[in-house]
Formats: sequence, structure tokens, C-alpha cells
Amino acid sequence: MSKPLDAIIIGAGHNGLVCAAHLARAGRQVLVLEAASQPGGLGATREFAPGFRASVAHTLPQFGRKLVADLALENHGFRLAASALPTVALCPDGSGHITIADGTLSGACAADTAAYKAYQALLQKFAKAINPFWHKRPPVLGSGGLRDAATLGLFGWNLRTLGKTDLREMMRMIALPARDLMDEYFHSPLLKAALSWDANVGSKLAPRSPNNAVIALLYRMSGDLTGGLPLASGGTGGLMDALAKAACANGAGLRLDSPVAKVVVEQGRAVGVALASGELIRAQKIVSNADPKTSFFQLLGARHLDIQFTHRIRRLRTDGYVAKLHLALDRLPTFTGLAYPGGRLLLAPTMQFIENAYDEAKYGGYARRLPMEVLLPSLQDDRLAPAGQHVLSALVQYAPYTVNGGWDAQRKDFLDNAVASLAQYAPDIRDCIVASELLTPTDLEQQFGLTGGHWHHGEFALDNWWMNRPTYGASQYRTPVSGFYLCGAGSHPGGGIMGAAGSNAAAAILEER
Amino acid sequence: MTTRYDAIVIGAGHNGLTNAAYLAKGGLDVLVVEKNDYIGGAAVSRELHEGWIYSNCSYVCSLLRQSIHRDLDLTRHGLMIVPYAGTTNFSRNGDYIAEYTDQAMRYREVRRHSLRDADAMVRYETDLMRYAKLIRHFLLRTPADPTSFKPRDLAELVFMGKKFAGMGAEQVYEFIRFMTMSAGDFLDEYFENELVKALFSTSSIIGTALGVYSPGTAYVLLHHVMGDVDGAVGAWGLARGGMGAISNAIAGALREHGGEIRTGAPVQQIIVRNGRAVGVALDNGEEIRADIVVSNLDPKRTFTVIMDRNDIPADLRKKAEHFKIRGSSGKVNIALTGAPDFPSLPAGHPLRHGSFQFLDTMERMERAYDDWKHGRWSEDPFIEMTQSSMWDPTLAAPGHYFVSCFIQYCPAAVQGGWTPAKRDAFGKTVIDQICNYSPNFRDLIAHMEVRTPYEIEHEIGLTEGNIFQGELTIDQLMFNRPFPGYSQYRGPVKGMYLCGSGTHPGGGVSSACGANSAREILRDLRRPNVVPEDDVDE
Repeated sequence: MSKPLDAIIIGAGHNGLVCAAHLARAGRQVLVLEAASQPGGLGATREFAPGFRASVAHTLPQFGRKLVADLALENHGFRLAASALPTVALCPDGSGHITIADGTLSGACAADTAAYKAYQALLQKFAKAINPFWHKRPPVLGSGGLRDAATLGLFGWNLRTLGKTDLREMMRMIALPARDLMDEYFHSPLLKAALSWDANVGSKLAPRSPNNAVIALLYRMSGDLTGGLPLASGGTGGLMDALAKAACANGAGLRLDSPVAKVVVEQGRAVGVALASGELIRAQKIVSNADPKTSFFQLLGARHLDIQFTHRIRRLRTDGYVAKLHLALDRLPTFTGLAYPGGRLLLAPTMQFIENAYDEAKYGGYARRLPMEVLLPSLQDDRLAPAGQHVLSALVQYAPYTVNGGWDAQRKDFLDNAVASLAQYAPDIRDCIVASELLTPTDLEQQFGLTGGHWHHGEFALDNWWMNRPTYGASQYRTPVSGFYLCGAGSHPGGGIMGAAGSNAAAAILEER
Repeated sequence: MTTRYDAIVIGAGHNGLTNAAYLAKGGLDVLVVEKNDYIGGAAVSRELHEGWIYSNCSYVCSLLRQSIHRDLDLTRHGLMIVPYAGTTNFSRNGDYIAEYTDQAMRYREVRRHSLRDADAMVRYETDLMRYAKLIRHFLLRTPADPTSFKPRDLAELVFMGKKFAGMGAEQVYEFIRFMTMSAGDFLDEYFENELVKALFSTSSIIGTALGVYSPGTAYVLLHHVMGDVDGAVGAWGLARGGMGAISNAIAGALREHGGEIRTGAPVQQIIVRNGRAVGVALDNGEEIRADIVVSNLDPKRTFTVIMDRNDIPADLRKKAEHFKIRGSSGKVNIALTGAPDFPSLPAGHPLRHGSFQFLDTMERMERAYDDWKHGRWSEDPFIEMTQSSMWDPTLAAPGHYFVSCFIQYCPAAVQGGWTPAKRDAFGKTVIDQICNYSPNFRDLIAHMEVRTPYEIEHEIGLTEGNIFQGELTIDQLMFNRPFPGYSQYRGPVKGMYLCGSGTHPGGGVSSACGANSAREILRDLRRPNVVPEDDVDE
């Protein structure tokens, strides 16, 4: 190594790559170490059956244009395969699907269509007020720092500028469960289920759970690549590859197949990492893209932290409740009553149906019929499957990390339930399947190094949000151990393919010298 | 016939009476109108079976503000609060865990189940008490309107900010977490033993249409420890003579200040003329005039039943319709001809006199909630059984006992609607559950009164039978209670006010809602304030 390293980034997930690219662009010597043989983490596009490829994170609702421009991602091959996928709430008998596209409903009653306009306008107004804060470091209370006071002041000011009526509505709405919010606006049970989906997906929450639904909805609205739901060309891995190229083009190094075993701490300061191979690499700063539990307990070691802090990390809720299903299909299945399955299909007839599935999972079970979000990305991007054949990519709720009997025993049954749930909407699905991959939370944990298999590296909920993410003492990407930083989804603002945790972390690090 | 008062309070519940007492003390000519033939609303004592006095709705007391107790001289008007022995929580396997009121005993008891949890309990209680002491500053204060730039609101926000900041930065973070998380998650952070968690979890869902793992229930836990008995914060007591003693004592203070009460006088409507409340019309057609009309009814009933749609803004009507006031609790009140035997506790054990619960895991509670979600009462209900007469000999003859059973969960609506047969089936479920722990219980029953949310709504007037006059969730707390923009007790028309538990700080027989509302009314009338501030904890 010619020059001493300024920073090592552990993990080439999208946040790690974004952080590396920003640091490298500012002239820092950066090395990214990735355990897997391809970059991207949950965003990587992987071949799960010969010729069939899919990404665990399959859409980009949160990704922003600014990042694309800042890192010139288009020069590095980033393209969209679809700019605005419609969301289709599938009706079980195929007769009354509701489509949400370009901010309007079709297939719903007139009252719901009108209500949706008002609902969407209000949420957009709220989203706009808090959008800047996803990209800012959370303030620290009582720090006496000017920047912290300014962030808090600006937050208050942005809310005030909503006006009295809307601010009052926001104060109330922010804590509503999805179910109450939907009941206030809409009539159609199918539409309510569809609109509540984004409020709870990925969390141990259901339509009746208070406090977290609206903030999750606003979070999902924070991207601006397009006006709708974008898909990256080449799967989400297409974006990951572009991020990796951008980081390298700026001078960052990327080493794959290089799992980090430990962060090396000398005299209370992180000074390097030891690879699983035994190799030791030193750097000024060590940045972890891993989840907080992995970062602090496995990589760093609790002995370098005070007991209160370790307690606060240990109590993070990291049990995942979503499984990912990939099916290789030899032809396009027929969804009853749907001419072309080119959107994001939601398979949940009512909010009660979702709630029931959640209730099973609370006790370590799972429902016989599972709510799902289904995508056929090969319709938009023919590189994902052999010609004429297709990939089905689905989020399946709820799959408890700690399942009764263990996932080895339950895997087949769960897969059968998922396929049976699909078959209710696409009766010929079984005949089309040539291969399948089911990633339970345990699989996600083992294959991607996520504690509990939790996408967000820890529940995305008001009690673990903003200044409390992952916990105070580490909410500004710095940690109690000097030289050790976080840049992953466990930090503000959280998971989803957004990159804000990575860029915020880079900003915090760059400010230090 | 038209009579005229300075103020009319609709509903002689404890908050209505408190409100009226302070208006009378402030010099107003006040009338309280009550639909039932008795006063007290849900804080009531009734002889429903000869020889037994029932606290048939609310049954224990802690939140009643001490400063109001003193200021209205309620002791002289006959109120005495008696602390009771701790709660015993029975396990299915014949063991139990007891929440002794004595700290050392409590520690030893928890240690019997888990040494780690006994130590954790010290941290748990310290943390909870810190939050309780914070929130106690705000109970007898009108919430600030965060959207207002009025000096008074800004000053109140600053007051709040200072109290928060006084906890220190670390605790502010912890408090923000606490306020938004679930009781189950909160307890899981401290404890490992299921029985210990079950014991502490019960306060988080009492009267609440949520489960122990629903976010927001940690606050409900706090709502149940922020009161006190004789200054012992977190303690609970019994009103001697039943909960009606509270209402009667406040009524005594009201009458002493010249106020009047009319029972058997249901209000049909609040009369509004030219954007002002001018009086009330009774069901019998009689109209009573007043410059001030205060509703002690819940917000939903107030704005959708006794106010005309055309007299209030359309958005308020909508807010009232969406107000969450879900019934989730039932009540079974029982007259016993002897002391029930609980084989887990040896005869003569001091805990025999306390209150009983039957819950060994939080999962059982969560499953009971799942039943409620599906519109049915739980076959394995949570029961809090308070043996009121053990500490209050005025409730039953020697050797006889009155016990009050609070049941969670019981839905406001069951499939096909509540019928007497379903109500009795619900009662049987409750007795069966108790008999799992007390074999001779059934044989001792002289009389019992079963109350589902249907009975509570139809007798007391609490919509859906919700005991707090509205769910205690963040969207309905502090400046959101009952609705944003209406949290300062003023209604949508001049001269109209709210004073029930549907306003800040919520239900639990605190008298704070009524007192805060009276303070605002006197302020609007430019009269001197006669409502006390809350006691300040040392």
C-alpha cells in the first residue's frame, strides 16, 4: 500500500459505497472491504437459478436525483428499467383491481378517487416539510452546538410553515395506525389494504399498530428519481454496480471476498481492521456499514464500550418479519382479470387479512395465506431472465425470524403457503415455476450479515428514529470509540435504497479535519 | 318555564362536579344536570343487592389530584382514601408473584422468581418514577397549543421545555422512546421472567383497545403510576364507602359553594343562538338558560349527539366522528357470602386482602387482545379482581364481601349485537376463569352484576363503554386531546366548554379535567382563578 489509508469502509452495501464515493471524491484514501463476491448487499442482483437474476431490495422509491447527479451515476451505467411502476391492488376474484398510477386511482369508487387526491396532497405536503431532514445529521439535544440548534429550529420552522390547520392535522396524524388513517379517508377495503402496505412493510407492525405508520409512509415518499416507483436496469444491482464504479472512479479501492473479522482498537481508538484471513489493514477511520449490533458487538467488541451504551444497542429490535421469494418462471403466469402484470402487485384483500397474518407471526407462526408484494421485473428488463421466461420477486409478510420449529423445518411449508397465496390470484403459477429461492430472515442474516435478517438494521419506528437512531451517543454517525463510525441503515434515516445514511456519514467524517 | 344560571354543567360525573364546584367557588351561579337518578357517573357507589355496596364502575383511586382533595376540603365532605395491600398475580402452575407495597418485600418477592429481574426492577421503578414525576407537572395545567404564537402558549411551551430539559439530555431521549414504544418491548428491555413481565404489563392495557405489544402502550403504563395516595407516587387506594364517596364529597363542596344539582334530567341539546351557547334543552322539553354551558360528556357524544350539526364547524363534526373511543373493558361486580379461597396463598397470608390478577405471560394478554380485534370477548380473559370490602367494612356486612372484577378485553360490539344472554355468557367466562384459581368462589356468590361495554354506555353514557372517554394514544393526548385545536377546554361556540376525561389529562378519576376547564372558564370571564396548581414533587 503506497499511501496510508484515511478510511476503511466495512461492507459494500449501497450506504457503504455512497459513503466511500463521497470520501474519495473529497480526496480521501478509502478502501471498501466486502465479505461477498459482489458489491451491493441487499441491493445486489444475484443469480438464483441458471439464467434467472433478482435483487432482494427490488424497487427504488427512496433514491434521489441529487445523489445520481453528485456521483455522476449515469456515467457509470445507472439506468432505469421503469420510471414509474403502477401499484395494482389485486382483487381475489379478479373483478375489481384498483390501480394507483401517477397519483390517481382507477378502478375505485368516485368518493375514494376524490379522497385519494386529498390524502395524497396532504401527505406530499408533510413529506416536503420533513424531506430535508432525511439528508441532515440528526441534532443532539443539549449539545449547545449551533448546528444542532439550527437543525432543530429549522425542523420547527418547517412544521410551522405548514400553517395552523395542516400542522394540527400532522400532529394528530403522525401517530395514527394505518388502519385508522385509511378508515378516515377511504371506503374500499381493498384500497385501504393496498395503501396501508407501505406504512408497515418491513417492520413488526400491522395496520392496527399506532405511532409508526405515517412516518414510514413519508419516508417512502422521500425519493425523487421519478414521480412513481422506479426500477433500476439490471435489477437493483445495476445501481449497486454504478455506485461501486463511481466510488472506484473517485479513487476508492474495493476488495471483494474480504470479510472483516475485527476492528482493531489501540488505546481506545479504532486504528484498523483484521480480516478473516488474518491480514491487518490500518486506517485513520473505520466506518461500518454493518448493522449496529454487528458493528458494536461482533466487529468492535463490547469491551470497548460502556455498559449503558451496550445496553442501548442490545435492546434494538432487530428481528426481521419479511421473507423474500424469487421464482424462476418459464412463461408469464396469468393473473385473473389482469391483462398485463407489469406493476407492483399487492396481494392483500383487506387490512384485517394483513393483521391476521401479523397475529400469527407474533407468536412465532405464520399464516396459511400470506400478504405479498409481487413484482415481475423481467417484464421491464429482459436481462434478468432467459428470453421469453420471467422472474417473480415478492416480499412475503409475515415471516418471523424466530419461527416455531426453526426455519429449516418450516421452509418448505412456508414456501408452499406463499405459492398457494399466489395461486389464488394466478391459478397457473405452479405450472410456470422452474426454480425458486426463499430467503427467510434467517437466510438474510446468514447471507448478508444482517442481525435478525432485518432490512432496516433495526425497527423503523418513532422510538428508534432520528435522534434516537440507532441510539443517542451514536446518532450522528460517530460512536463512543474515536475513529469508529457508522454509515448503515441502522443510522438515520434508516433502510431502503436511499444512500442518505452513507452520505450523511461521509459529511460528518469530512467535517472532522 | 325558563330558569337562568351563570353556568350549566351537563353530567354529574366527578369531573362535572369538580368543574361546577370551582365555578361556584369562583362566584358563579351553577347548575349540574344529570340524566341518571343518582350522581357520580362512573365514580359511583350503589346498593345493587341488599346489604352490599358496589363500586360498580371505577373501583380504585390514585390519580385524584391531592391539591384538589385539599382545596375542596373533600375529607371534611366525607372522603377518605385507604391504601390497599399489593397485587397478587396468580400463575397457572399454582405459583404467584406479588407486587407488595413495601419495597423490600417487593424486591424479595421478585427475587424469588429471578435475581436478575429483582435488580432490574430497581432500575425499572426509578425510570418509571422519573417519567411520572415529569408528567405530574402537567396534569393540572392547560396544554399549550404548539401552533399558536400567543404569549401564553409560548410561555407554556417554554415551561414544558424546561421541565423536559431538567431531566438531562440522556433522559430526554429515553423519554421520547418511552412515549412512543410498546409496553411489551419496554418490559422486555428490563426483565427476563415471564411472570414478572406479566405482572407489570397489566397497567399498560387497562381500558385500552391495544395489546401489550402495540406501540404507545408504554405511556398507558405511566398513566397508571402517575397518581398517588397521600403523596406516595404510584400507589393506589380505595375510597371508603366506594368510589361514589369521591363524587359525593365533591358534590358536598359544590353545594357548600352554592351550586345546585338536578338528577333525572337528561339533556337533549345544547342551545346555540348567534354562535353562542345560551343554555340546554332537556328531554322533557324544558329549557334552562345560562351564559356558560359545560359538557362533561365524552367529546364524541358532545359533538355528535347533544350539539346540532349546524351549530358546529363541519371539520369538528368529522373529528368527533373519528374520535377513538373504543370499548375494550367489561366489569363484573360480585357480592360474596364468604371469603373466597385461593389455594396458592395460605390462609391468613396478608396478600389475601389485596387485589388479584390471573396472568402468567404477556402472550396470554396479547391473545386476549387478538380476540377483541375479532369482535369477541376472550375465553381466557385478563381479570383484575379488587377485594374492596377487605379494607372497607362499610361495603358489606361482617363475613360478607364485595369484589370488583375488571375485565380486559370485552368488545363494544359483538357479532349480532349484545343480548342479555351474551352478557351472561360473558359473566360466566369470567367466573370460570376465577374458579380456575379459587375452587369455592362460585358457591359464595350471592349476586353479581355483569357489565359489558353496552351496559356501561347505556347507563353511564360513556360512548362504546370506553372508561377513559377516549383512547390514550398520542393522537389523542396533551394538545391533541380530544382534537388538535380544541385541547384548551373551549368548544366551537362561545360560552361552550368541555370538562370530561376526553380532555387533558384523560381518564382515571383525577378531577384534573374538570378543574382545568373551570380555570379556563374563569379566565374567559376575567374572574380571579380559584383552581389550585398541582403539588410539586420534591
